[in-house]
Amino acid sequence: MNLFALSLRMLRREWRAGELRVLAAALVIAVASVTSVGFFTDRVGRALAQQANMLLGADLAVISDHPLDAAMEREALRRGLRTAQTLSFPSMVVRDGHAQLAEIKAVSADYPLRGQLRIARRPFVPDQASSGVPQPGAAWLDERLFAQLDARPGAYLEVGKRRLAAAAVLTQEPDRASVVFNIAPRLMMNLADIPATALIQAGSRATYRLLVAGEPRAVEAYRAWAAARLKRGERLEGVADARPEIRAALTRAERFLGLAALTSVVLAAVAVVMAARRFMARHLDSCAVMRCLGARQWLIFRLYLIQFFLLGLAASAVGCVLGYAGQMVLAERLGSLIAAPLPQPSPLPAVLGILTGMATLLGFSLPFLHRLKQVPALRVLRRDLGSVGRVGVAGFALGLAAVAGLVLWQAGDVKLGGYVLGGLSAAILLAALLALLLIRILSGLRRQAASAWRYGLANIVRRAGGSVAQVTAFSLGMLVLLLLTVVRGDLMQSWQSTLPPDAPNRFVINIQPDQLQPLREFFRARRLAVPAIYPMVRGRLLATNGRPVAPENYSDERAQRLVEREFNLSWAQRLPGDNQIVAGKWWIRRDEAQLSVEEGIANTLGIKLGDRLSYDVGGTVFSAPVTSLRKVDWDSFRVNFFVIASPGLLENFPASYITSFHLPAGQAALLDEMVRRFPNLTVIDVAAVMDQVRAIMDRVAGTVQFVFLFAWLMGFTVLFAAIAATHDERVYEAAILRTLGATRRQLLVGLFAEFAGIGALSGLVAALGAGGTGYLLSTKLLHLPYAFDYGLLPTGILAGAAAVGVAGVAGCHGVLRRPPLQTIRNNG
Amino acid sequence: MQAVALSKQVTSEGAPLTILDRLDLSVYPGESVAVLGASGSGKSTLLGLLAGLDEPSGGKVLLDGADLFALDEDGRAELRGRLVGFVFQSFQLLPALTALENVMLPLELSGAANARAEAAAALERVGLAQRHSHYPRELSGGEQQRVAIARAFVVNPRVLLADEPTGNLDSATGERIIDLLFGLNEEHGATLILVTHDEQLARRCRRRLLLQAGALA
Repeated sequence: MNLFALSLRMLRREWRAGELRVLAAALVIAVASVTSVGFFTDRVGRALAQQANMLLGADLAVISDHPLDAAMEREALRRGLRTAQTLSFPSMVVRDGHAQLAEIKAVSADYPLRGQLRIARRPFVPDQASSGVPQPGAAWLDERLFAQLDARPGAYLEVGKRRLAAAAVLTQEPDRASVVFNIAPRLMMNLADIPATALIQAGSRATYRLLVAGEPRAVEAYRAWAAARLKRGERLEGVADARPEIRAALTRAERFLGLAALTSVVLAAVAVVMAARRFMARHLDSCAVMRCLGARQWLIFRLYLIQFFLLGLAASAVGCVLGYAGQMVLAERLGSLIAAPLPQPSPLPAVLGILTGMATLLGFSLPFLHRLKQVPALRVLRRDLGSVGRVGVAGFALGLAAVAGLVLWQAGDVKLGGYVLGGLSAAILLAALLALLLIRILSGLRRQAASAWRYGLANIVRRAGGSVAQVTAFSLGMLVLLLLTVVRGDLMQSWQSTLPPDAPNRFVINIQPDQLQPLREFFRARRLAVPAIYPMVRGRLLATNGRPVAPENYSDERAQRLVEREFNLSWAQRLPGDNQIVAGKWWIRRDEAQLSVEEGIANTLGIKLGDRLSYDVGGTVFSAPVTSLRKVDWDSFRVNFFVIASPGLLENFPASYITSFHLPAGQAALLDEMVRRFPNLTVIDVAAVMDQVRAIMDRVAGTVQFVFLFAWLMGFTVLFAAIAATHDERVYEAAILRTLGATRRQLLVGLFAEFAGIGALSGLVAALGAGGTGYLLSTKLLHLPYAFDYGLLPTGILAGAAAVGVAGVAGCHGVLRRPPLQTIRNNG
Repeated sequence: MQAVALSKQVTSEGAPLTILDRLDLSVYPGESVAVLGASGSGKSTLLGLLAGLDEPSGGKVLLDGADLFALDEDGRAELRGRLVGFVFQSFQLLPALTALENVMLPLELSGAANARAEAAAALERVGLAQRHSHYPRELSGGEQQRVAIARAFVVNPRVLLADEPTGNLDSATGERIIDLLFGLNEEHGATLILVTHDEQLARRCRRRLLLQAGALA
């Protein structure tokens, strides 16, 4: 016989009868959830792989926090390679007396060596590829900076002491840091104009890049040559390891969004179990008849296996299509992570999506299909034989192993995967226990309710198992959505409210020694409190107790970064106001050089009291013992330092100064005046930085919300699976109730009460869960006082009751349509 | 078909209960036999054992010379598919398949080449040529039973087992179904074993047996 054709025919018919829709919906949503993340990260990964040199603007970049030795470029040119240089740093840009912080990038004539710059004549008109870089005396600004300076093309700007004409709008720059992580807008200028700005001085924080491109073998040979000559603070980025910050962000997005997407897969498993069980219950008779007509057991198993396989393939394929649409939303929100256009994804995420869908479907339905083949043929004569029975957890070992495998694979790390699996299981268990407890409480309360409501609520209690599954599924999705909306806002507000109203809101850096007095007078003349101004010397940690320090000595990523970059060192006679000594003493012996280290960084770098630290400041090395560890309140927004030296140690090194102050509202003009007086100062607006940080958080939270929307949708699938599982029972009950005189309205109220009850319980569990998670985040991680937001409860309960109530009643519309007599006869 | 010392015992509420007690029965090719008996007399158990749907506590059933219970479950299924046709009180059509597909099913299960044509011919014989693409729920009770009869005869069974074939039908429809059943049985020369408590229906069979307390009276 043609088993495949028969399976296909039966599948078509089952589909039309609506038997398989819940199963299909569960798979579609789960696969859409997984592939939307998969397609998006695949696109970014491909952009990195295919366009790495575009994203680098070169084939190789030598990156440094100090001016590079000229020999580096000479050697590249000697080997027949092309070169270009860039220099980036933050600075104020002034137009018409109005100052704005910008990320300045000065470029040499041949920049970029790979990829292209695109510019437009004025904001918001189509752009075109540029044939060169800004001419000396000209600057290209991005749209944001044009808007912030309220400038038009042709306007004159001041960058330090140099006057530049805003010549064009810069729309694309191959090696631009991701827009998402940019604090300030961009100004691009010619490298030749830099000396005239007088902005780059000792202690200025700037990034120097030497770009190199050419024949691959020559680039490789140059790389080997340069790698052997790299000094501290210098590194190489090639095509294979270009843009480590984007790679790191991509790995995180892949991991965490991927894991978030798997929540839907876990919930899909619940829907699959419910729907497959019902499918089995409804096919016991058919299987018995087929056995009677001569079908062997394996034939029956294969017949249904093929049906499920085809269904799984089709539903997963639809899920992939929806996932492709979904990734566009993610690309829209996070695509600016990368400055290049994203290429089309590879088919790999679709393959993985289909495998996920099939593993979920087969892993959790096979135990039921297996049961079907065991239905005794005698059931045709005795319907009590071969009932559904129970499938224990062991029966789902295959499915559970598949889900666990997916989580571990997505986490890319056994420990993280283990944590996620443990956390998810604990969350599910906790939600289920809470749901069970609430259902028990409800059982006592329902007697108070009016009759139609009582009937509905009684159903929740009676079908406790199904109710717990539904409440758990809904509450997990809702919990995350509440966490990302209500609780996130609360935490932000709670943090802001801990800041005193006069907390500093402006930082001023790059103050030169000869500007100290004039700056103090500037404040005094305007009747503002003169802020404390701190000296700052940039130095690199060379050794602790004589042992050289290198990033590879540390396993912690943050420690590696800290060791790699230059420290801002300061000196002070007295302990700064909001610092607190936690170990040792502040300057024990006044005649001896000593260091005081912030306790957090001391922990990270493994520095202990009494250790002798050696620093390199501009080629001169000094060392001194650590005689105290300090605790610093970073939230105060006052200037603070990781390392402070005793007086007399650093005074002879070239220093710049830094301060912070509170600028009262409505006095922005003061800043313009300050920058006009001292054009080299860089003023950082804390509020603007916070806005940028909040914008980034909004984007990231929005993305995570989008992924969890699938989990919430899956809650509805579980609901419909549960409704389908109880459909026959409901039809029969409705018939009995109607025979006893219940009106259609009363039945509707009863149904609504049941589902709104499920929704309200889910909302309550979600609100409690979100509140509890908020409490843990707040007190354990952020160390903020936490106030439970009582608004969470009504929000969760009402949203849950309304959404689930309406969906549930809609899902049961068929129940009320059948004439009671027909139903009773069929069941009788 | 032959049953030899066929016994069936079950445990009910902890105590053994004998449903069939060393029953002997021989039915000859082409013969029609009615098994009568009150509710609970063991009629359906006997039918189930004769069809190899259930396993006896003792004794054996020979079908076309083969000992049914010497075969495993799949072996019995294969034998059933080849030699036995069924008609049930509750029709037992697959709701997922059309009338034609229901009739095609046993042919397809046995790997017949032209299942569609044979099934269509069988439906025509029971007067449902116009109802090929209807699903069971779109057919009346009488029509459903006709589809079931077409399905039973389409494989040219040597034995036809019928369990209260008119039990779910009104008397006029039941009458027509019985005419059809006996007519076709005659045409095919099959052996008919019919379980019923309807005396009038039993009278149309050549032999009538009364089952009482697990034994033939």
